Amino acid sequence: MLRILAKIQKIGIITEPLPATDQVALEQVGQQLRDRVGELFSGSLAIREVDAGSCNGCELEIHALNNPYYGIERFGIHFVASPRHADMLLVTGPVSRHMEAALRRTYDATPEPKLVIAVGECGANGGEFGVSYASCGAVANVIPVDAVIRGCPPTPLDLMRGILEAIGKRSP
Amino acid sequence: MNDAWITALLAQLAAHDVHADEAPEPGLAPARLIRLAAEDWGTLARVAKAAGGRWVAGFGEDNGEEIVINACFEKHGAYLVARTQVNRATPILPSHTPYYPGADRPERHAQDMLGIAFSDHPDARRWSRHQAWQDKDFPLRRDFPVAGRAVGPTPPDDKYRFLQAHGAGVYEIPVGPVHAGIIEPGHFRFQAVGETILNLEEHLGYVHKGIEKIAEGRDAAGLARLAARISGDTTVAHGWAACMAMERAAKHEVPARALALRALMCERERVANHLGDIGAILNDIAFTFGFYQFGRLREDWTRVSQQTFGHRFMMDCVIAGGVGVDINDAHRSAMLHQMTKMRPDIESLMAIVEDNASVEDRIDTTGYLSPEQAKDFGAVGYVGRASNIDFDVRRDAPYEPYDRLQVDVPVYHYGDVAARTKVRFHEILASFKLIEQIVNALPEGLIATAWRNPAAGAEGLGLVEGFRGEILTYVRFGDDGRIARFYPRDPSWLTWPTLEKLVRDNIVPDFPVCNKSVNGSYSGHDL
Ligand code: SF4
Repeated sequence: MLRILAKIQKIGIITEPLPATDQVALEQVGQQLRDRVGELFSGSLAIREVDAGSCNGCELEIHALNNPYYGIERFGIHFVASPRHADMLLVTGPVSRHMEAALRRTYDATPEPKLVIAVGECGANGGEFGVSYASCGAVANVIPVDAVIRGCPPTPLDLMRGILEAIGKRSP
Repeated sequence: MNDAWITALLAQLAAHDVHADEAPEPGLAPARLIRLAAEDWGTLARVAKAAGGRWVAGFGEDNGEEIVINACFEKHGAYLVARTQVNRATPILPSHTPYYPGADRPERHAQDMLGIAFSDHPDARRWSRHQAWQDKDFPLRRDFPVAGRAVGPTPPDDKYRFLQAHGAGVYEIPVGPVHAGIIEPGHFRFQAVGETILNLEEHLGYVHKGIEKIAEGRDAAGLARLAARISGDTTVAHGWAACMAMERAAKHEVPARALALRALMCERERVANHLGDIGAILNDIAFTFGFYQFGRLREDWTRVSQQTFGHRFMMDCVIAGGVGVDINDAHRSAMLHQMTKMRPDIESLMAIVEDNASVEDRIDTTGYLSPEQAKDFGAVGYVGRASNIDFDVRRDAPYEPYDRLQVDVPVYHYGDVAARTKVRFHEILASFKLIEQIVNALPEGLIATAWRNPAAGAEGLGLVEGFRGEILTYVRFGDDGRIARFYPRDPSWLTWPTLEKLVRDNIVPDFPVCNKSVNGSYSGHDL
């Protein structure tokens, strides 16, 4: 236990502006996010992530939002287990035909008003997989989409910017 | 590599009156290639099993006239590809599953995709096919259009015949395809009594994206891009395996510097995934300290990959003929410096984890896979190595540059979540050693040579140790350097089935940590 505490103390809080990369923008984006989430969602934005056919690369970066560097929860954003608790769906992948029905049902289970963001090149336009016997391509081919976050995969900072932009589109 | 077992196997086959022709120039080197008649296919598996061969992969191809089927075996690092063919109209073939349970799903995949009927397969249910195509359609047949034949929305797949359990107090828990966390989709059907899992049945295939079909007709560059997206966490290793297969088919010389950089990226990918997964395993037992600490290390590591290779996961850095990015001296010292700092950090964290009684309580003896079960399923990677399967392609069938490097392979025999976690921890340290060796002796020269298309019919096999274990990739070229057949076998095919076994008699709340300790790729498996 002492070693755990020692480690925690020695590492300290790393959730800070990060020098030497373009990540200095993190705090700034985060601040804006917190403000907008505060205004529009009473301080708490619940996101349900849906992998509708991704290669799992996008999931790795969405995961990273919860690591101590990005710590997205401090801006009032958290990932929830059920679409019924969600304000927003973050959907990755080209939508595989085998996930088509599950995605529609998840969308239907999300209460109005809801926001849908299609994540990654695949979510935006089908990416390398396109449309085929097995793939419906872009998320917008299956459910209504409010915004897209491009990139293969989009970085955690891209994701934060994209979420900010999407909630900005929603009128208070 | 010692291929005496293959020679002995051929003698055994002859003793069983099986005529097996060995191709003098296989094109699939270093694997040896034999051809035999379809009716001898079952005998082959029986004899190979008796000889101690491991079943590695099975895949077929519709060449317009016949359906060609391959099965790959390995022992002592020596690979054998056996090939046969069946008539397109009556594609019936004996199954390997009675001898090798690991062949079960690959054969059902071949059944769904190519229409091969495995006559004595114990379980003829569909596997990869849900509702996107009909049961008389086979997407990998030549005459099946890539766009498919279905119109309108795809119905949900609610007709799959799961095993049923009966008895007082037995209940079912259906989970998925959409899971509670940020993870890939798949369906798990549990039968439980109280908190104890009696049986788990997996139903995968939800993220089937038609990778094998849409690979057809691509050029080498296009195939490399697709291979990099088979499983995002394995983008380097899958890219490498596909390029290796194409390069061997084309007898293409890859510069030494490019091979060293591929290995460097592949080891970086291994470390990143092991760090993230150890953190996730600890998160699943509510040891959040470990989750945040390993998450921090993974992010640090990923950022150096971004600085040095220009992409956090190094996606698309492996290209046909070499690599697309070079590194400089500053990059080299950044990597070395980071490892010097990180090594004691990781070691002290693992000491904390290993000494913590509540961690021990959750992961010791949890999710036990016996060495016999691991061998039966042909488990590879950390799942195999935690259950005494002492195999690593980098050491046992070394490809450049690993033939010149020292590869440490940690092996445990107690087969639980703790062992799988420990293997990963030691593999991180082993990768650090490899990265040091590579960075300190990086060959000078080109990072790629211009790609030249091989003649139609050229085929090649790629074998790479990804972070989950052995990847096997088969490529055959058609006209004009276009891909005629692409089959990537992610190690997940061989580890997913072990999860069904190792969760038995565990409590339902331990399923997530059992699952994470195996961490099969859904995308890599579903294709
Ligand atoms: S956008 Fe890229 S990382 Fe995301 S699912 Fe598609 S291929 Fe994978």
